[in-house]
Amino acid sequence: MADTDTLAAPAEEIIETDGGTTRKMILNMGPQHPSTHGVLRIILELDGETITKAVPDIGFLHTGIEKQAETRTWQQVVPLTDRTDYLANLSNNLGYCLAVEKLLQIEAPPRAQFMRVMLTEVTRINSHLVWLGTSALDVGAMSVFFYTFREREEMLRMFEFFSGQRMMTSYFRIGGLALDAPRGWEKWIDKFLKVMPSRIEMLEGLLNENPIFKKRTQGVGFISLEDMLDLSVTGPMLRAAGLQVDARKDHPYSSYEKFQFDIPTRTENDVYARYLVRMEEMKQSLRIIQQARDGMPGGPYTADAPKVVLPDREKMKTQMEALIYHFKIVTEGFRVPPGESHVVIESPRGELAYYAVSDGTSKPYRVFFRTPSFGNLQALSPLFVGFPIADSIASLGSMDFVLGDTDR
Amino acid sequence: MIPEELQQDPVVAALVARFPGVVLEAKNDLGELSIVVDAARILDVCRSLKHDEKFIRLSSVTAVDWLPREPRFDVVYHMQSIERKLWLRVKARVGGETPEIDSVFPIWRGSDWYEREVFDLFGIVFRGHPNLKRIMLPDDWQGHPLRKDFPVHGYKYSYAQEE
Repeated sequence: MADTDTLAAPAEEIIETDGGTTRKMILNMGPQHPSTHGVLRIILELDGETITKAVPDIGFLHTGIEKQAETRTWQQVVPLTDRTDYLANLSNNLGYCLAVEKLLQIEAPPRAQFMRVMLTEVTRINSHLVWLGTSALDVGAMSVFFYTFREREEMLRMFEFFSGQRMMTSYFRIGGLALDAPRGWEKWIDKFLKVMPSRIEMLEGLLNENPIFKKRTQGVGFISLEDMLDLSVTGPMLRAAGLQVDARKDHPYSSYEKFQFDIPTRTENDVYARYLVRMEEMKQSLRIIQQARDGMPGGPYTADAPKVVLPDREKMKTQMEALIYHFKIVTEGFRVPPGESHVVIESPRGELAYYAVSDGTSKPYRVFFRTPSFGNLQALSPLFVGFPIADSIASLGSMDFVLGDTDR
Repeated sequence: MIPEELQQDPVVAALVARFPGVVLEAKNDLGELSIVVDAARILDVCRSLKHDEKFIRLSSVTAVDWLPREPRFDVVYHMQSIERKLWLRVKARVGGETPEIDSVFPIWRGSDWYEREVFDLFGIVFRGHPNLKRIMLPDDWQGHPLRKDFPVHGYKYSYAQEE
């Protein structure tokens, strides 16, 4: 047996103590602290209640997904992308599929594109609800948590209805969708669209004017816009500081240019502003879902690329050609022309980019996941230093990171 | 080599004019502008890109291992200019026993964790980085997993050897 690896260095090794000559104290927070929403370890140096130094320690959920991706065929990487950001699986599927489709120079048909937009927006609402429930719980609003998870359950059922899986959906495939939407999907979406606006209103009613929530969030967690841009922070945090950036508008993908929606921004740049931005984003997502549902085109749900997309089951059993393609795709996978592509999409957490490099074989030479949580978490130290511990919990929640997304 | 059509590109032209001979290659594949620069001048190039060409955001730093090519690694920087709505990919080639390149931390503080990740998983040393330690793996890990010569299975021991 080999000797066991040290999983984490002691806190004193990360921040040096002064040997008790001053009032400074080293505190180890995590990796199992409930407010870290995963396994994030933070080493704090405290002067009384005030944080004077904060060093995040990540990597507890590192599973080498990028290395694993190099050993699988291009198609087999899709389920791996699910497992990075486990609250926004469909966004990850979409980003990866778009990157590979760009390399292959194929485009998903209109129906698949609309379906992708619609379900990605449901994912956005789903992810924001989990964020809302947990971060409100952190600042003491417990009932919000129960309501958000009730709504989330409906969405998970909807994902199961569409893809057969509640969370690890892998519903988007390279070239289109895994399956066409099941019969009766309109009913699910209609019900969702009918119920959800009032539910969001109810959640807003619980928090918007809640004096405790406001006291804990207003004016807390300030970080300047220049700092955020410098630290590679993206997403709702930038928008809460007044910068109107959103990949869906800046460089539209998957026919987002055909949808009408606004990018909500605030200028207060505190935890409360981030909360308002995300609530507004959910309403905008509902608008997009409505438009996608009304304008859903007919036609095929996969691209006309027989060498890439698995043939229809019926065709596979009746046509020789389709059988050959099926055999080739399943055994070897499809080959992707050499080159590199970088696709940027807007995940619920911010900028999600996939950088795919191909050497012409049926396996990726390298796939790099530029995940939003990793970049956003770099802002932890400036958000913490100089504020009391109680505030740090609120600003930690406002960053909305997923540790699986950070560590990959 | 810089192809004809890219010599007029504002970003490429500005870089070539400011630093003759530093831009080794440029291409515009699939609508993505990508340049290869001399690794020794990466700091100058990036500083100029941030301050003169307004690429104020560094999106990510990563690397690609092209074993057995020498120099072996591409260090890849993706940056965005929000003002000009532009994306740019800058690559620098490094190799040798201990691949080294200057850290761009003085220019974008956001490169901090990305460079640590590349150091951790590829073993590329970033000179001038304030805290170059492993970020994903334990401190006593041996080797750098994303290198092509690192095995996918069997780090230290495998189940087959175990009784």
